[in-house]
Formats: sequence, C-alpha cells, structure tokens
Amino acid sequence: MDEERNVMTANLEDRAREIRKSIIRMLMEAGSGHPGGSLSAADIFSVLYFHEMNISPDQLEDPNRDRFVLSKGHAAPVLYATLAEKGFFPKEELATLRKINSKLQGHPDMRKVPGVEISTGSLGQGLSAANGMALAGKIDQAPYRVYGMIGDGECEEGQIWEAAMFAAHYKLDNLTVFLDHNGLQIDGRITDVMSPEPLDEKWRAFGWEVQVIDGHSIPRIIAALDYARSFQGKPSMIIANTIKGKGVSFMEDQCDWHGVAPKPEEAERALAELDQGRAK
Amino acid sequence: MTTKIATREAYGKALVKLGAQNKQIIVLDADLSKSTKTAEFAKAYPDRFFNVGIAEQNLMGTAAGLATTGKIPFVSTFAMFATGRAYEQVRNTIAYPKLNVKIAATHAGLTVGEDGASHQSVEDIALMRVIPNMTVIVPADGVEAEGAILAAAEYDGPVYIRLGRLGVPVINDADYQFQWGKGVVFREGTDVTLIGTGVMMSFCLEAAQLLEEAGISAQVVNIHTIKPIDRELILACAKKTGALVTAEEHSVIGGLGSAVADVLSEAYPVPMKKVGIQDTFGESGKPLDLLNKYGLSTSKIVEAAREVLNRK
Repeated sequence: MDEERNVMTANLEDRAREIRKSIIRMLMEAGSGHPGGSLSAADIFSVLYFHEMNISPDQLEDPNRDRFVLSKGHAAPVLYATLAEKGFFPKEELATLRKINSKLQGHPDMRKVPGVEISTGSLGQGLSAANGMALAGKIDQAPYRVYGMIGDGECEEGQIWEAAMFAAHYKLDNLTVFLDHNGLQIDGRITDVMSPEPLDEKWRAFGWEVQVIDGHSIPRIIAALDYARSFQGKPSMIIANTIKGKGVSFMEDQCDWHGVAPKPEEAERALAELDQGRAK
Repeated sequence: MTTKIATREAYGKALVKLGAQNKQIIVLDADLSKSTKTAEFAKAYPDRFFNVGIAEQNLMGTAAGLATTGKIPFVSTFAMFATGRAYEQVRNTIAYPKLNVKIAATHAGLTVGEDGASHQSVEDIALMRVIPNMTVIVPADGVEAEGAILAAAEYDGPVYIRLGRLGVPVINDADYQFQWGKGVVFREGTDVTLIGTGVMMSFCLEAAQLLEEAGISAQVVNIHTIKPIDRELILACAKKTGALVTAEEHSVIGGLGSAVADVLSEAYPVPMKKVGIQDTFGESGKPLDLLNKYGLSTSKIVEAAREVLNRK
C-alpha cells in the first residue's frame, strides 16, 4: 500500500514538474505573463487534474463532469500547461500564449480553450461562477463536484465575500476551493498592501469548512481533497500555503516575478533547475 | 379609460408562465423580489428561486455559472445596480463568454419617482448597448414586456431587458407578437417620424395626434430592441419622411437617440432631434411631474417635430 502511494506521489510530482517546465517555456515564448502565481499552484493542479477530478478531453460536454474555475485568472499559464498535459490540446500550442490569433489568451477564455469552464481574469469574479455551477449541481442532484482556485490577494475583492456568504448559505458542499496562499501581490506582501489576514478565521466565520495545508505536499493536497469530499452541509476551503515562483530558485518568494516573463537565459536556468529535481 | 400596467408586473407574470413551460428557468434576485416581481415566481417555484441578498456582483457571477450548465437564469434587481454596481461582472463574466443570462432590470429611468436620483438609472441603455454580445430590449407596455420575456428565454445569449416601476398605458393588442430586433410601425405618416421606446411610446402616439390636428403627418415607430437595432426600418423612415425625432426615458447620450443617429449619420443623414434627459441627474418627485420637468412629454415631442420639419 505504502509503496503504491509513493509511486502515485512520485507520478504526480513528475506531472507538476512538467507543468512547471511548460509554464517557464510558454512565458519565455510569450515575453509577458505571470510566472509567480502559476508556479505556486502547479502541485495543486497536478493533483486536481491527474488524481482528483472526473474530467477528460473525450468528455468535454459530459454534463456530469467535474468543473474547475480559475478565479485568479492571471495564473492562466498553469491552467493551460495542465490542460495540455492532460491532452485537451497539443503541447506545441502552448508556445502561442498571448500571441495574436491564439486560443491561449492572456486570461482564460472559455469559448477558445477546450477544458476552460468559464472565462476569468478580472479578480474576484470566478468564485461566484463556481457557486453557480455548484448550485446547478444541487438543483439537478448531479454527481459532479466543482473545484476552484482563488488568490490570497484576490480576497481583497469585495465580491469574494459576497460569494463566500452565498456558498455557505446554500450549503454548497459539492464545492471545494483552494486559496493559493503565496503571500504576495503585485505591489508587495499582501500583509503590507492590504492584509486580508487572518484568512483561515475569516473563511471559518463565513461558514466554510477550512483546512490549512502545505500546498506543495502532494500527499497533503490529496488528503485535504479526501476530507473535503467526506462531509456535508458546507463548502470547503483549502488554504494552501505556497511559495510564489516555487521551483525556480531566483523566482521564489520574489514579488518582482508576479508579472514578468523570464528572458531566454533565465528560462534556461529555470528549466535546468526543474530538471535537476530541485523543485521536487 | 386606458388600462395601465407596469412592465415589471408583466415580467412577474411572464416568469411564472415560463417556469411552467421550462424547468431550466432559474430566477435570482438581490433582496428586491417584491419590487422586481420575481416574488411571484418564488412563490410558484420555490426550488428554482434563489435570493443572493444585497450582493449584485455575486448575483451576476452566480447566474453566469448557472448558465454554463445549461440553466436559463433570469436575474433581477433595479436597473441602477444591474448595470452600474455590477457593470464589470456583466461585461466580463456574462457578455464576454456570451453566456445565456437574462438581466431583467426594473425601476429604470426617472419614473422610479420619489426615491430620487440615486435610484433613477438614466444611463443603463448606454452602458449595456456598448457591450459586445449584449442584446438590449426596452418594452413599451405590459403586453410587449411579456412578449419580450418569453422571446428572451428562447434566445441563446445575454439579454438586458429594461423594465419600469410605473404603470404605463397598454398600447399593444392582446394578440401582439413580439419580434426580436424588429421595430413596429404604429402609425403611418409622411412628414416626420417619431421613434419612441419604453414609456415614451404613448407620448409619441399622443404627439402624432396633436401634429395631425395641426396638419402634420407623423409616422410613429416603436423601437423595443435597441440592440441590435432595426437599421432597415429606421432608414426606410428617414427616406420616407426626411426628418426624425427620438424619444426615450434615458440620457440623450448613448441611448435610443444615439443608436438612431449612428444609423442615420453613416447611411442617410436627415434632420433629427433627441427628446430625452439632457445629461443631468433626476430628483425625487411624482413620476409624471418628473417626466414633465425633465422634458419627457408629449409637448416636447411636438416641439421637436416642428423643429426638425423647419430644418428639412
């Protein structure tokens, strides 16, 4: 059993590494975009798309598929890299990120990219859409679950708390949301710019079941998702403590890498580091 | 004695009809269900009605999420909040992905009355009209409101329907068929065309009568779908009568008048005049007193018609 679990963990870590490498490559090609908050989320994406969610490129229209909403839409590279890794479109297309006539817009467009469930990008809006999907599931007594990811800086948006109230009020226990708690936003540390802390107490007070985990530990992410599926009557918030830029030494915990793409030589260093397994 | 029905009343009744016909219809409201009349649907189909509380941004986003699953959400609040407070949610989460959400906003315009300028949306048509993928409909009476609501449910895509608080005269017959994007000629005329929308339609009809008594033949057209606008009919009117007046309970900036001017200026310029709110906020007062004070009246339409005739 343990060995099986170790193999599974190692596989998911490999996927996360491939996702990170795709992120670096596509951003380098694009010359702009958001590496920091994409890299911080890669381990969660690996678990969601390769372990947890009932989705597949062959069943794009399956009404009972699980849904994922990237509310922090500027982390589009991690979503695109994961979808390509999962086979929703060829990996070669990742090189077209942010270029004219590409389906890979700077922020996710549901009408262009297979596997993107709703267009996002303007912060604060995705959680409401996830609520709508989860509510539809409740109305229809459908078996699917809805997953989402919001940012910690994004919690400064008022709409997040409107949506927080709604999900708890309507007991959306088919909704599990990750909060990518990497501690940085464009202008600095979230605690310096406009602290939304203590986030765990806030989400609990808003009626959510809250877990706080290491967002780079594959086993912890898996365990948190298992728990989220185990109870009824409340939406689930998984506050994932992460490192912005995780996996690339010179990007880690650096605010400056929120929205700047690596130059070719920087990308080369980053890819070499990832290949060495420095980033798990 | 003409029957008067508020378009919001007709909306409430149409929703109940729709609810019976189509299980995919879901109604969302933001703590104004008694005023927007969605309370009637809530009573008939409590399991398909959801109050989001006083949270209009989440109202729009939740509707967008519902629409991705095949539901047909109708969302209601006052026009001020639907198009102002939640503007960017409507733009980015509903219209950009062209989701099938129907925004039925009530209490539009000055006829909100006593609540005053903070609640009198006089710019909502402009705000919605400028968003790609959005359809904008302003029913003139209860009959047309019902037709528009039923048609909106059939249409796949975002729709903004502007409804009013005030009872307005019923000008359409009971068997009236609402036609998406098609203007309605109420009265044929040869000297000038009066193009109205919403509550201004009955004033346009009165104005045409007064003009006739003065020997001026006015054509009267109802443009209920402001976007996409009935370009063909507007150009035909311009060619036939050579002068136009538009009338709307909305700012003269960006509404019906601007939409008509867009058509004419590029294809067939003729003298025209916009009757509407002159780039100002409203105030508290009785609805009809407000319409008079802000120049939304039969006499102002007559005056405007005489002015464009002089410029012919």
